[in-house]
Amino acid sequence: MKLTLSAGIGILLTAMFVLSAIFAPLIAPYPLDLTVGGVWDAPSAKNWLGTDTIGRDILSRLIYGGQITIFVALASSVIAFSLGSFFGFLAAVRGGWTDQILSRIVDLMMAIPSPIVALVLLSVLPLNLPVLILVIGVLDSTRVFRLARAVSMDIAVMDYVEAAKLRGEGQIWVIFREILPNALSPLVAEFGLRFIFAVLFISTLSFLGLGVQPPLADWGGMVKENKDGLIYGKSAALMPAAAIAALAISVNLVADWVLSRTTSLKGGRGA
Amino acid sequence: MQDEMKHLLMRTARGTFSRRGFIARCGALGISAALANTLIAQAVRAEGPKKGGLIRAGIAGGESTNSLDPALAASEVPFVTSETWGEMLVNVTPDGKVDMRLAEEVSSSADASEWTFRIRKGVEFHDGKTVTAEDVVATLKRHTDEKSQSGALGIVQGISEMSYEGDMVKLKLAGPNADLPFLMADYHLVIQPGGGVDNPAAGIGAGPYKLEVFEPGVRIGFTKNPNYFDDSIGHADQVEILVINDNTARTAALQSGQVHMMNRVDPKIAELLKGAPGVQVKSVAGRGHYVFIMHCDKAPFDNNDLRMALKLGIKRQEMVDKILGGLGSIGNDFPINAAYPLFDDTIPPREYDAAQAAEFYKKSGHDGSPILLRVAPGAFPGAVDAANLFAASAQAAGIPLQVKLEPDDGYWSNVWNVEPFCASYWGGRPVQDQMYSTAYLSTADWNDTKFKNATFDDLVLAARGELDEVKRKEEYSKVANILRDEGGLICPMFNDFVHGVRDEIGGWIDDPNQELMNGRGLVKTWLV
Amino acid sequence: MHPILKLVIQRVALGCLLLLAVSAVIFLGVEALPGDTAQAILGQSATPQALENLRQQMGLNEPALVRYFKWLGGVLTGDLGKSLTNGTDIATAIGQRLGNTLFLAVSAAVISVPLALILGLVAARYAGRWPDKLISGITLTTISLPEFVAAYFVIYLLTQVFPVFLPVSMVFPGMSLGAKLHAVALPVIVLVMVVLAHMMRMTRAAILNVMQSAYIETAELKGLTPMQVIWKHAFPNAIAPIVSVVVLNLAYLVVGVVVVEVVFSYNALGQYLVDHVTKRDLPVVQAVGLVFAAVYIGLNIIADVVSIVANPRLRHPK
Repeated sequence: MKLTLSAGIGILLTAMFVLSAIFAPLIAPYPLDLTVGGVWDAPSAKNWLGTDTIGRDILSRLIYGGQITIFVALASSVIAFSLGSFFGFLAAVRGGWTDQILSRIVDLMMAIPSPIVALVLLSVLPLNLPVLILVIGVLDSTRVFRLARAVSMDIAVMDYVEAAKLRGEGQIWVIFREILPNALSPLVAEFGLRFIFAVLFISTLSFLGLGVQPPLADWGGMVKENKDGLIYGKSAALMPAAAIAALAISVNLVADWVLSRTTSLKGGRGA
Repeated sequence: MQDEMKHLLMRTARGTFSRRGFIARCGALGISAALANTLIAQAVRAEGPKKGGLIRAGIAGGESTNSLDPALAASEVPFVTSETWGEMLVNVTPDGKVDMRLAEEVSSSADASEWTFRIRKGVEFHDGKTVTAEDVVATLKRHTDEKSQSGALGIVQGISEMSYEGDMVKLKLAGPNADLPFLMADYHLVIQPGGGVDNPAAGIGAGPYKLEVFEPGVRIGFTKNPNYFDDSIGHADQVEILVINDNTARTAALQSGQVHMMNRVDPKIAELLKGAPGVQVKSVAGRGHYVFIMHCDKAPFDNNDLRMALKLGIKRQEMVDKILGGLGSIGNDFPINAAYPLFDDTIPPREYDAAQAAEFYKKSGHDGSPILLRVAPGAFPGAVDAANLFAASAQAAGIPLQVKLEPDDGYWSNVWNVEPFCASYWGGRPVQDQMYSTAYLSTADWNDTKFKNATFDDLVLAARGELDEVKRKEEYSKVANILRDEGGLICPMFNDFVHGVRDEIGGWIDDPNQELMNGRGLVKTWLV
Repeated sequence: MHPILKLVIQRVALGCLLLLAVSAVIFLGVEALPGDTAQAILGQSATPQALENLRQQMGLNEPALVRYFKWLGGVLTGDLGKSLTNGTDIATAIGQRLGNTLFLAVSAAVISVPLALILGLVAARYAGRWPDKLISGITLTTISLPEFVAAYFVIYLLTQVFPVFLPVSMVFPGMSLGAKLHAVALPVIVLVMVVLAHMMRMTRAAILNVMQSAYIETAELKGLTPMQVIWKHAFPNAIAPIVSVVVLNLAYLVVGVVVVEVVFSYNALGQYLVDHVTKRDLPVVQAVGLVFAAVYIGLNIIADVVSIVANPRLRHPK
């Protein structure tokens, strides 16, 4: 499978975002909270992307904000994936009551809109990063559960799984040695999508004032801080918005590529 | 040429000559269109109130949980709503005088412990019933009742006996109070037929507008009350409140003309909004203040040296500049500013002094463990930034002040008045006595600094009954100094009320009492 | 009994059970919030006396379990109760706001669903070529924008730069349909942008997936044009995944648009719910939560039934 142009761009941009997040303290021209200019200064040689509501350098905040945004999104997607796929596989392999109970719990969780659940949960719990990650991860795991269950339902009836069961292998063994490797490709593609949704979800929560709390910064919170300038043509809020969009697009491009790669692996004519 | 201009301008203002025609004429005379528009606006305003039309206000501070019961009004929209359909005995004028509304005349006994209000004759409620002294007493009783949930309960509790005779209402107080008429101007005390006992949320009053539509958290619509007793206010045929809590949407609605006035312009954008066409920013110095409060009875804040160290460790001007965007004034650790009658402006403002703060801190013998300042974003706008600034300046003086972030939700029940040190705000009161007796007397219902000082209490009570203004001012000066030097209140700033008003609105007056011309912005303005 | 009918009855019964469970979960959730309703209503300016009085009057001193079953009994008899905070009848308030919610959702769906299907079909037809890339690129961008960013962007563009629409989208009873549509134009644009991409991408993917089947090859060999192949053979067989993703997005348009409602001050259910969550107005939160859950569960039943009806293999199980 050759690397397409769009996938190449996606990988390049994603790598750039991740690297700048990792090396934020080395790259950022100014510290996170230092006031270096006036309110909403236009981009200049000194502040490449201008300054924000209280005169902090936007580029520096974007780089540090990327750290938080990417970390929280990644961590919560990992939680969503571990939880969702494990229980999804379990439901598929055991079937019967286990499947019924798990599926109905997920139905229950999905039946209440997640912004509302997040609003309620986050107003009860202390607002810090671990709580935020856990809440997003658990809420998001329901979707992964659905996918993992559907995918592994197909796999669970395959001959080689039956064979393993007849051999007397334990359910955990079946899940990790037979189902997981075969369900991995669609799950990896889904991981990309979940990551993007996590980025958007954190941004939305921060926008509602329930996400990442100051003095930490994330991109959604930065949009919120600067949004009032938008209708006066101040570009400050557009920078973090563009960063969210750019990250989402580049991860999407990679996910698309992985997805098309897996379909061609299945022996289709390719798309 | 000048005469021609004046003549044309007058005709334009009266609507007999077209705006476009006037601007074109100005262009011919070398006057810019912008200036021409300003000239028209000025001329139109000078023409006096115009009747008719529909005025809309975009107001932040309303929820779908709001009630029409004036006793329960606690946020901005319910306040403006009851000021529009309701009428009180008296109002307070922008310069701090009593404005007679349903009462025509107020008098008191020599020691200010007995007050008499004569009720205006022939005023009707919206349902056609006549306003009587009986209704007034019933209303006050509803608010003072043991079972009442009224926000005015604490205010009217000092009335020990109320009675009426003919058109006179007599109030006997538990102790003398020279400010009683001001207390009657409280926005909860809307006079309702039969006191509103049967249906407190009926929305029937004697105000300048009748309630037409009530969709809590969305919009409240009114039509003119044709039988209103005072012709000098209530100009538009219809007025409407749109509840717009989002700052950006509210500002956009003002700029696009969807609303004529708005409250709570974010200080950040005030400068930008000034540049927008057709819009003016009206910033009014009010009595509201943003504060950090310490409980004087809990360690380590029971030590006055520590309290003083913290008071000296805050940069007040920086707060005003950065948190209020310059739209406000510095506070001096007592809750009174120049917007109050009898304010003593000779008390020197407290300055940031790291050396002195460090000295007081050392003297307090504090063990150096972190001093936690609790704050939530909703404590007041910019509260978290303000707390961080405070922590930075205090740390520079060697005080281990740390900010602890709390969630907005439940802040007023779990943190404020519970934790010993947190951020809060006060909206201010019409007179000094009300402010002090609401929050700083030992017996005050909302003594959120747990300040208990007998000398202070005696002075406040003495000033309350004092009818001699000179003496009273001296007493209030002493009161202020005690609180400033010993109290648990750190008051770094007084915030302005910042409004956005479109050019079409005439009759706007800066009123320090409350936002939106003391809640009567829709009632007292007109469309030009 | 016909197997499909049996299945529908089964699903509806399960749905009702699920609803009951949802009501209990919401009840517990709101109970767990710190602070209490009386304090939340009266705010910072509450006196202890006023607090106690209000608590008495609202029956907050009763045990939680008693209040839950009282409420449940009411719902079964069609009475949602009165709001604790302002005493208005909840059923009436929800009725009006649900109307607004559905109005917005339907307006957005009427535009986005056909558009998504058409774009998906076109993208699948020209898979890998420029129309596909263009459509995919644009939808990728819209899906990557958080909705509040899209919202402020259209506010800036369409109320300030080109003042054609109004930034505040409230609708009232008595407004003409035209006036209502004009009022909700901006939120509709934003919601179309948000849901379009997901549905379009699923349509494209599902059709391309089916295109790999042997019978498509047969159809192509019969000499049908590519569009005929897609329309007659691929689309009917791809309908199940498409319907499920459409339904997911419809549900989102009803229950998930709180942010859009907040930004445009649109008076619908989401904002109503958020207001009452912060005031801990338990009956309202439960009632709205129940409505949302019912909408979600109902739409999912429809999706299940449609995919069964559309798929012969599921229609006639072995």
